[in-house]
Amino acid sequence: MKVAITSSAQTLADPIDMHFGRAKVFILADTETGRAVAHDNAQNLHAAQGAGIQSAETVARLGAETVITGSVGPKAYRALQEAGIKIALVEAVCPGTEALRRFKNDELPVLDKPNSEGHWV
Amino acid sequence: MNRFPAIAIASGKGGTGKTTVAVHLAAALLFQKRTVQYLDCDVEEPNGHLFLKPLIDSVEPAGIPVPVVDAARCTSCGKCAQVCEFNAIALLKKPLTFPELCHGCGACALVCPVGAIREEPRAIGVVESGQAGATTIVQGRLTIGEPMSPPLIRAVKARRDPRAIALFDAPPGTACPFATTVRGADFVLLVAEPTPFGLHDLVLAIETLRPLGVPLGVVVNRADEDRRVQDFCAANGVPVLAELPDDRRVAETYARGELLFDRLPEWRGHFENLWARIEELL
Ligand code: SF4
Ligand code: SF4
Repeated sequence: MKVAITSSAQTLADPIDMHFGRAKVFILADTETGRAVAHDNAQNLHAAQGAGIQSAETVARLGAETVITGSVGPKAYRALQEAGIKIALVEAVCPGTEALRRFKNDELPVLDKPNSEGHWV
Repeated sequence: MNRFPAIAIASGKGGTGKTTVAVHLAAALLFQKRTVQYLDCDVEEPNGHLFLKPLIDSVEPAGIPVPVVDAARCTSCGKCAQVCEFNAIALLKKPLTFPELCHGCGACALVCPVGAIREEPRAIGVVESGQAGATTIVQGRLTIGEPMSPPLIRAVKARRDPRAIALFDAPPGTACPFATTVRGADFVLLVAEPTPFGLHDLVLAIETLRPLGVPLGVVVNRADEDRRVQDFCAANGVPVLAELPDDRRVAETYARGELLFDRLPEWRGHFENLWARIEELL
């Protein structure tokens, strides 16, 4: 399965980014092969509005089936739902590898409603 | 000189007495037998009417045309999502629209190769108009919780009467709603308070206005011994057109929703002088 991890930098060893909409990098990891590829999200980072929507579009395009992150605003949530992408939540910053390990062990709760106000509209 | 200029009355933040200045300017002009139209562009909280007390005789809905996608026709090409500058459409399996982000520009419908997008108005508020004696009042009233005020402000300004002096009561702050209001004004009157915060907000407002090249002037409201606003204006070539004294009776009259001139006739002079100064600068 392909999962997208919101990350503060380019590798799974780096701390994850807790905000889906304004995540610096998405790391697309394949849970079967262990392959991980970083995708910059710098463009969305500076969007005046709707950054979360754009981020959802990006991870959908990358073919992710699940997103691992800390918080998702209401619009991004709607978009991820529409794309059929699940959201797994980490409650505190940790390295991507750690988040991925816990996800594989079914230790991460699945988000069933938005958990952030979407500070940037 | 244009006999019927448009004057925007603005302030960097709320609570500086912007509306007090605007309604009394309207009242002073009326004493001079000038025709005045008061356009309340502070659409989240229009309150000029509390003092002018118009009889509202027309209420028209205002909306933004937002896209509706016909899923049967849509080929999921993604052109609509690409063209939208406001991220109001995302292409997931099909395009997903976010009407609350849509500015109603129409680009998505234009670009759709198969005509799968039609537009439907999304109500954002109403434009109310009426008379208070000889003064015409137009005010926008934004639906509570609605984030998109500029289209409603434009709808208010579209009702401007070219045969009257227009007073635009601008929304507080220096963001989009403020810029939408002052666009096309012949003069911007900034109301500031003599405090460090007041100066800070005034500086922001002046920085926003300078590139527009519109003449501007400052009214210091509740003026006291703190001179930093006046000093800043003097150093930066911004005229201070009036210093309205801090007078407890003003606040009392305001709280009752009354105009000052009945009880405090000397205040009429302040506003007639203010208007004379504005006219010199137009
Ligand atoms: S009308 Fe303009 S702002 Fe609205 S969705 Fe279409 S392209 Fe975006
Ligand atoms: S441009 Fe038209 S056809 Fe293409 S995705 Fe948008 S609605 Fe569908």
